[in-house]
Amino acid sequence: MSDNKMKEYWSKNLRYLSILLGVWFIVSYGCGILFADALNNIQIGGFKLGFWFAQQGAIYVFVVLIFVYVAWMNKLDKEYGVDED
Amino acid sequence: MIIFGDIILAISVRTWTFIIVGLTFALYLGVAIWARAGSTKDFYVAGGGVPPVLNGMATAADWMSAASFISMAGLISFMGYQGAQYLMGWTGGYVLLALLLAPYLRKFGKFTVPDFIGERYYSQTARLVAVICAIFVSFTYIVGQMKGVGIAFSRFLEVDFALGVMIGTGIVFFYAVLGGMKGITYTQVAQYCVLIFAYLVPAIFISIQMVGNPIPQLGFGGNLADGTPLLAKLDALHTDLGFKEYTTSHDGKVNLFFVTAALMLGTAGLPHVIVRFFTVPKVRDARKSAGWALVFIALLYTTAPAVAAFARTNMINTVSNKPYASMPSWFSNWENTKLLAWTDKDNDGNIKYVAGDAFIGKKPKFDEDGKRGSLGQLLVSNPDPNTKNELYVDRDIMVLANPEIAGLPAWVIALVVAGGLAAALSTAAGLLLVISTSISHDLFKNFLMPNITEKQELTYARITIGAAVMVAAYFGINPPGFVAQVVAWAFGLAAASFFPAILLGIFYKRMNMQGAVSGMIVGLVFTGAYIIYFKYLGGTKEQWLFGISPEGIGTLGMMLNFVVALLVSNFTPPPPQNIQDLVENIRIPRGATTPTNAH
Repeated sequence: MSDNKMKEYWSKNLRYLSILLGVWFIVSYGCGILFADALNNIQIGGFKLGFWFAQQGAIYVFVVLIFVYVAWMNKLDKEYGVDED
Repeated sequence: MIIFGDIILAISVRTWTFIIVGLTFALYLGVAIWARAGSTKDFYVAGGGVPPVLNGMATAADWMSAASFISMAGLISFMGYQGAQYLMGWTGGYVLLALLLAPYLRKFGKFTVPDFIGERYYSQTARLVAVICAIFVSFTYIVGQMKGVGIAFSRFLEVDFALGVMIGTGIVFFYAVLGGMKGITYTQVAQYCVLIFAYLVPAIFISIQMVGNPIPQLGFGGNLADGTPLLAKLDALHTDLGFKEYTTSHDGKVNLFFVTAALMLGTAGLPHVIVRFFTVPKVRDARKSAGWALVFIALLYTTAPAVAAFARTNMINTVSNKPYASMPSWFSNWENTKLLAWTDKDNDGNIKYVAGDAFIGKKPKFDEDGKRGSLGQLLVSNPDPNTKNELYVDRDIMVLANPEIAGLPAWVIALVVAGGLAAALSTAAGLLLVISTSISHDLFKNFLMPNITEKQELTYARITIGAAVMVAAYFGINPPGFVAQVVAWAFGLAAASFFPAILLGIFYKRMNMQGAVSGMIVGLVFTGAYIIYFKYLGGTKEQWLFGISPEGIGTLGMMLNFVVALLVSNFTPPPPQNIQDLVENIRIPRGATTPTNAH
């Protein structure tokens, strides 16, 4: 792979990472900790929303984030011909 | 007839425990014999051929220790909202692992974390620092597991604590020495199945019992039989008894933030977690494997807060303002283990459970001769006259006592014991492998005797794992003081040393030996000194830097590591061309080979 292609591949990877880690930060440190008190004013079923994010929601989002990453990277690898097949 | 029934019941918990624990142990041994290791590659990384779903399952079992299984829900049930630090902290790190570390380390294709550090920073000093850290962290962690095994055995099989540790050790010894990583991985798959089944069954039962919903994750947001939401009821109970509200935060957010971050970063930097991603066939599989691991971990971690809320409500309802004489048998059973204590401060025969420590210095001091009061309670010599609370409950007993408190059948209780043992043994085995690999591969093969053959190395690996098991068993029975601080030490050091060094090694090509080594040393010294000062030299809460507890200081240590590493590397020469090429190479998946022993 040429240097330019390589740079492009890497910067796309970094862009994916910043999107996914941004979400990661917002749901855990944001919704679960920093804004938990404000979100607690919203009630979903028997849960206060801030509490729910801290003890449930953040974990579900973590799982989804990894699988989104897997899908994006597999596609990117193919596009740039650096996959393992 | 009633007495006869009681005897049957009393015998059967123990008999059930023997049957279920016996069967699961037989299963682990069978799996171990089937998956023996034939080469160093089998022994260190299971031949690099474990399918991602199974590897995810094994990683989950490896990760979830006796602490996750036995202690965590109990901690949360006493901490309420604040317990989120463990829930998010011990799961969020997998996102970092999957996105930032695992695929690249798999492409790198060696056996251990010190291998990566040593090679990327072209320095034997860096490798040595990494080896010592890996051994110290893993060792602190493993002794806690051995202690968990001992507790499970002594409470439910009524064997001596030390004998319990030795039985557990014997089992781990057998399959770890025989099977290495391959044996351990497949045994962990079996152990995951046992532990998750054991965790979910009582949770589902109790959820149906209390809120009529078989899914605990939804159930703890459900309504009780009288129509009030469970969590609202729990908040009300807490407020009535003078405790802080269960679902809201009360302490500052700064420490919660830092502790959560230290647990996440530590998770991503723990050698026994990272090494799991060397065992899959491809880079692609390393990414996917981290995802599966988190799925399997999340199954327990999203159930735990439900268990915590159920257990808390159940316990308060069972004991609060009820006569001691009417307590069910679990109460006196746990009293006998001295993990629960009651003292009748107002002499009314009722249990008063309100905010405040019941005893001076928190823990009860039992009468040495085991004297009992007029109602049959074990006497305690240090009741605190300034508080109204009469009850002490050790947090660690909540998960084990929960099925009994809810009145579930004997086999469920036995199942929970087997699950706790599975969690402790699977984690212990994974840690032992890291210790033995660090010694036989990183120390012997790379430092002391580089010319040994693969066969000799495998023999050394087996001898060191055997020796490590013995040492761990000894310290499990006689735990040294530092072991009680597993969270602070293991996660703090992993966050402050490994995580930044590996991350920069992959994402910053310009990072050189000088930067990485000085960063690691600053991170380690700062974090270590802070923990030692506040945990052992009597530092007080008022002196905490920015209000950060020793459990959260690894986050600050990590930041210092980054700053120092970047500064130093910019004033020193860039790494040699072959290292820069190596970094380019690990950034793309193509060309990944199975891990090799070549140097």
